[in-house]
Amino acid sequence: MSANNAVLTRDRRTARSPRGWLGRALAIVVALAFVVFFVLPLIWLLLAPTKTPLQLLTDNPFSFGGLGALVDNWQSLSAFQNGIVWTWLGNAAFYSGAALVLTLVVSIPVGYALALTDFRLRRVLLVTTLVVMLIPNTALVLPIFLELSAVRLIGNPLSVILPFSFFPFGVYLTYIYFSTSVSRDLLDAARIDGAGEFRVFWRVAMPLATPVIALVGFFNFVGNWNNYFLPFVMVPGRKSPIQVGLAELLSNVPLFNPTSASTVNIEVPTLALATIISVAPVLIIFLFSQRFLVSGMTAGGTKG
Amino acid sequence: MEAPAVGQLNGRRQEPRTRRKNPNRAQARMGYTFSAGYGILLILFGLLPTLYAIFLAFTHEGAFAGLDNFVRVFNDYRFWPAVQHVAVYLVIWLTFQTIFVVLLALIVHAFGARWLSVSTRFVYYIPGALAGASSVMLWLFILDPSVSPVSGILRALGLDSFVETVSIENLPVIFTIIAFWTGAGGWIVIMYGALNNISQEVMEAARVDGAGTVKTAWHIQLPLMRKWISYMGIMTLAAGTQLFVEPRILSQASKGVVPGDYSLNQLAYLYAFKQNDFNGSAAISLILLVVALGLAAFFVFRGGLFERE
Repeated sequence: MSANNAVLTRDRRTARSPRGWLGRALAIVVALAFVVFFVLPLIWLLLAPTKTPLQLLTDNPFSFGGLGALVDNWQSLSAFQNGIVWTWLGNAAFYSGAALVLTLVVSIPVGYALALTDFRLRRVLLVTTLVVMLIPNTALVLPIFLELSAVRLIGNPLSVILPFSFFPFGVYLTYIYFSTSVSRDLLDAARIDGAGEFRVFWRVAMPLATPVIALVGFFNFVGNWNNYFLPFVMVPGRKSPIQVGLAELLSNVPLFNPTSASTVNIEVPTLALATIISVAPVLIIFLFSQRFLVSGMTAGGTKG
Repeated sequence: MEAPAVGQLNGRRQEPRTRRKNPNRAQARMGYTFSAGYGILLILFGLLPTLYAIFLAFTHEGAFAGLDNFVRVFNDYRFWPAVQHVAVYLVIWLTFQTIFVVLLALIVHAFGARWLSVSTRFVYYIPGALAGASSVMLWLFILDPSVSPVSGILRALGLDSFVETVSIENLPVIFTIIAFWTGAGGWIVIMYGALNNISQEVMEAARVDGAGTVKTAWHIQLPLMRKWISYMGIMTLAAGTQLFVEPRILSQASKGVVPGDYSLNQLAYLYAFKQNDFNGSAAISLILLVVALGLAAFFVFRGGLFERE
């Protein structure tokens, strides 16, 4: 980083004094230290599967092992319980994908209705949505489990897909978007032209909705793909999505669990590979949507 | 639900009714139609589970049991340690997260070069892709001195084995690091957005008055970010009380060095799955849910972040 001086150009005047200069140097050091903190583990993770277990212990942690080791790790991961990893991945894709479609079908209309139409329960629905949106989704997992086990739905894909599709935050985003980007006058104009309510929605609001569909879809998919607790209690075993499967793999790693009695032992580099595979779809989505991710328009988009 | 307007001949209103459908009626009907799907999900996965948890928490085998379930849970030797674990973790995480998210947002916002600001924010954000089990898994490797890329640091701290690293007194710090690593980037972006909304005139005026960067941050930027900082605080608190994935996976990895009943949610899970005690499980879940609900309701009605109408 030789661009020290060009980096902070906002206030040239304070920059000239030695104290100001020192402060800026300190700020840059802090920012850089955190860059290292956030990135280093990821880089290590990406390199780990290219090594044999022995190389992982002895080589430089940030060296590239070799393609041979990568192929070996890939094969031992695929061999684990006859390729159950791919089943888990398929499950995750199915649950998150089905929930994504259902979420959009449900959330976009209600967001529109909350923003642009008047009906008696509107305020109640809006306030309820806000409150539920602020509750961490883990808080409802066990109550939902108790409820669904009362109706014997545990183990059924619906027990994951339906809760995944209940997405108050998406409804709130849609509501904000429609109330700021579509005016009631525009809708009234369409009504005067004789369009029915549904036509107004379909011809006027929907063509404008692409950004919010992308936004809601993004948060819903990423959140569901990475969800551990809910599928962990609802769909154990072969029906697990990859995040839950990952923990299952972990109990077969001798390093962490010498007592494991599995026919196939999973070594650390293989587990690292599984970790990469488990987040690959989300990472790819992140890389493609980086422009809007860091713009700040996603304010409120992170929920613990 | 409102009855359809068609065919209602003796409504209360005295105006002569025209043949055409009343547009407001049509609108209301559409509002209900469009809300129906979401409304059903809200009832099924928002209200009903809550009500059912309340029912279970206050009954035993279907009969009203008063506070018995709660008394049993409170007397469980595992309950108060779990409360303490979660509380200590919350204090450490909240403090660390508030200080560093705000600080990093201020620094990144002060970057003059746009590309630098954008790429730094993105780098901070990336770990968010590894939520849930994946991030814990990654940190397992980082925390194990035998394979860790930062084994030097761990050994300097006197941690020579994985079991030593994950000893129970280190856990709050470890969970803080994991939570910060995955979640801070998103919050930094949000704070950055809040800083962008501060008008240039205000900043300029401060500079003309001779306030330096630090003074401006302290007296102008921070007060204007207060709403967002408290929002982050509330969300962090609510999420932190729910601690489950991290201790569960660490417990699996350390063969019980990290206990399986470290956090409250783990305890609620054990009640339901190991002891088949749904009433006790519901009681613990309900306590956690009431905390989260209280925080959320307080913020919606008092925080003013969501005032639009």
